[in-house]
Amino acid sequence: MTSSKALAALLALSGAMLPTLSQAADDVASLRAELQALKNDYKTRVDALETRIATLESAPVGALAETAPEPQAMPVPAQGGAAPGTAFNPAISLILAGGYTDTSQDPQSWRIGGFMPSGGEVGPGERSFNLGESEITLAANVDPYFSAQMTAALTPEDEVEVEEAFFRTLALPEGFTAKGGRFFSGFGYLNEVHAHAWDFIDQPLAYQAFFGNQFKQDGLQVKWLAPTDLFLEFGAEAGNGDAFPATRRNRNGLNGATLFAHVGGDVGDATSWRAGAAFLDQRAADRAFENVDEFGLPLTDAFTGKSRTWVVDAVMKWTPVGDPNRRQLKVQGEYMRRRETGELAFDTEGSDLSDGYRSTQSGWYLQGVYQFLPRWRAGLRYDSLDSGTPRIGLVDSGVLPLSAFPALLPADPDRISIMLDWNPSEFTRLRAQYDWDDARNEGDRDRAFRLQYIYGIGAHGAHKF
Amino acid sequence: MLRFIRSALALLILAAALPANAAIKVLATTADWGALTKEIGGDQVNLYVATSALQDVHRVDAKPSLVARARSADLVFATGAELEIGWLPVLIQESGNSRIRPGSPGYFEAASVLQLVEKPEHFDRALGDIHPQGNPHVQLDPHNIARVAKALSERLAQLDGAHAEYYQQREKDFETRWNSAIQRWDSKAASLKGAPIVVMHSDQSYLCRWLGLQQLAAIEPKPGMPPTAGYLGQLVTKLKASPPKAILVNAYNDPKAAQWLSQRVNAPVIVLPFSVGGSTEAKDLFGLFDDTLDKLLAVLK
Repeated sequence: MTSSKALAALLALSGAMLPTLSQAADDVASLRAELQALKNDYKTRVDALETRIATLESAPVGALAETAPEPQAMPVPAQGGAAPGTAFNPAISLILAGGYTDTSQDPQSWRIGGFMPSGGEVGPGERSFNLGESEITLAANVDPYFSAQMTAALTPEDEVEVEEAFFRTLALPEGFTAKGGRFFSGFGYLNEVHAHAWDFIDQPLAYQAFFGNQFKQDGLQVKWLAPTDLFLEFGAEAGNGDAFPATRRNRNGLNGATLFAHVGGDVGDATSWRAGAAFLDQRAADRAFENVDEFGLPLTDAFTGKSRTWVVDAVMKWTPVGDPNRRQLKVQGEYMRRRETGELAFDTEGSDLSDGYRSTQSGWYLQGVYQFLPRWRAGLRYDSLDSGTPRIGLVDSGVLPLSAFPALLPADPDRISIMLDWNPSEFTRLRAQYDWDDARNEGDRDRAFRLQYIYGIGAHGAHKF
Repeated sequence: MLRFIRSALALLILAAALPANAAIKVLATTADWGALTKEIGGDQVNLYVATSALQDVHRVDAKPSLVARARSADLVFATGAELEIGWLPVLIQESGNSRIRPGSPGYFEAASVLQLVEKPEHFDRALGDIHPQGNPHVQLDPHNIARVAKALSERLAQLDGAHAEYYQQREKDFETRWNSAIQRWDSKAASLKGAPIVVMHSDQSYLCRWLGLQQLAAIEPKPGMPPTAGYLGQLVTKLKASPPKAILVNAYNDPKAAQWLSQRVNAPVIVLPFSVGGSTEAKDLFGLFDDTLDKLLAVLK
């Protein structure tokens, strides 16, 4: 009986266990199914990845960039990470110039016939290789109200010259700007243009004779631009008069005034122009110049009196295809007329005779520069001066013969110049120039051949019209 | 005398009546920014565009006419990134107009709201006419136009608060039309992806990136440097190995070098408008992109 009991118990036990066993079999099946599903899933995912890699590998670089996520944050300040303390450094630029000169006549004898020497660095310069002036310009805004700029010229004679050093207002209303310090006067077209931006190696004879290349003094300038669509600018300047044809006179206040006006605009799409007129009212005291007596010995004469100059200027640029680097014609001309009245002293360190003096002198130039190919420009310039016949009191009264003033003998100097330059970039200019120069107005013409290089490094300069 | 006084009075009244139509005066440096100003500013702006599509904006004279326009401008709308460095600083300085100095509300640069590409790692002019802040020829990616439009409407609203809503409204309207146009252009240009091409200058970079064009080479050996005969010879050898499907030139470029190359490597030259007004079809910004894609698709099918 015990065994049947045991059997029943066993049956009961197995009956109780059976469901568990069948459940385990079910689990195995479902696990298998799940595994299969996973395998399938992975296969599709891997396949998808493989196809993506394949497409990307065959795609060009541009397409890759296209699928890259777009940058999110937009405003990117333009200024990068400047080194500490340097963020406010002024813009610095350096111009190097130099060249080679070949003249048929002795450059030492060069002068402008009939005109009192202007004292500037005029003429063709010395023969053979010459270093030109190296110009260093520093410029920056000072504060919200002023900007400042200085150009120092290191001369080939190892001297430093302050070419320009001035402040300029930034916040005057109604189109006014004021400038103070030392600066090139704003009259005419070429007076304000720095040497490295000239279209010929040197200034026209009129600028050399009337202003010793360029007129600048220590002083003040006020300019006003009219609120019109036509460009209309008026300017007034006054200064210490420390430049030919004026002199410093050891007096308080200002010496002389300059008034100028410019007007300009466009004609059609291709042509733009600017024209102007100026009047300079100046005084000179003991403005000395070198002369020679009838034996050829040097002596000094001097002028004291009023000097009044009119200047008329015009420039036109024609750019037929819109891009001035492909083709552009630039034509410019200026006319100057000066009237001087006062006293002329003869041999100030010797006999020191003095009497009245009156002269009216004029000069003009006309030049054209044509950009005929990218990088290449050719230019032609004609210069002409008329010294007039000065009224010299000492001669009129018979005290001295006219031959006592060889520098003032009436003359009509002229010059023809041709130029070719090559500009491989905005920062390099290599130029050749040939002059038939009759500035002396005696004997044969001087035939001068010159080569010049101009390099600009540092801050990108922007040029006026 | 009475007649004189009467006409003088009439003139005075006329002059007094003029400011009633006080539109904001905008001086835009390029035709594209001019077109965008028209889209956003509508008749509330008095627009003057400094250059045309046929000009290289790097090289523009600071003409007296431009100085006069800068004098009375309320807003200068420039590209920035030194694109206009050769002339715009002179205009602003000579104008004596303190409202349009960089940093003032009256001076707006498109580049200030864009991420520029091709920012050089080395600043050296031996590498050509490089732009330290990156490639400034941003207008041929329509997404850039959309970003600039938004910033411009904000700037106009800042300068002319009375019409702030007007500018916002016009900007929204422009955005809607522009976004649907971008979708249209994207689908139209899908086939251009990967097309190998040669460009003139790096000023087509944004277009190439947007469309996925594959830029094989540039005709300029270095930015801003015209090609030499020797360089063109090397280019022919290189391109014969992997020939381009087209040579892209802008309306303002001298096409001679591209035409020369075109005959040697047997790929057609496509003259793209580059800017609004660069072709008869590119009358506005929409026309600029429509025409650019049409001209590309006509060759690169």
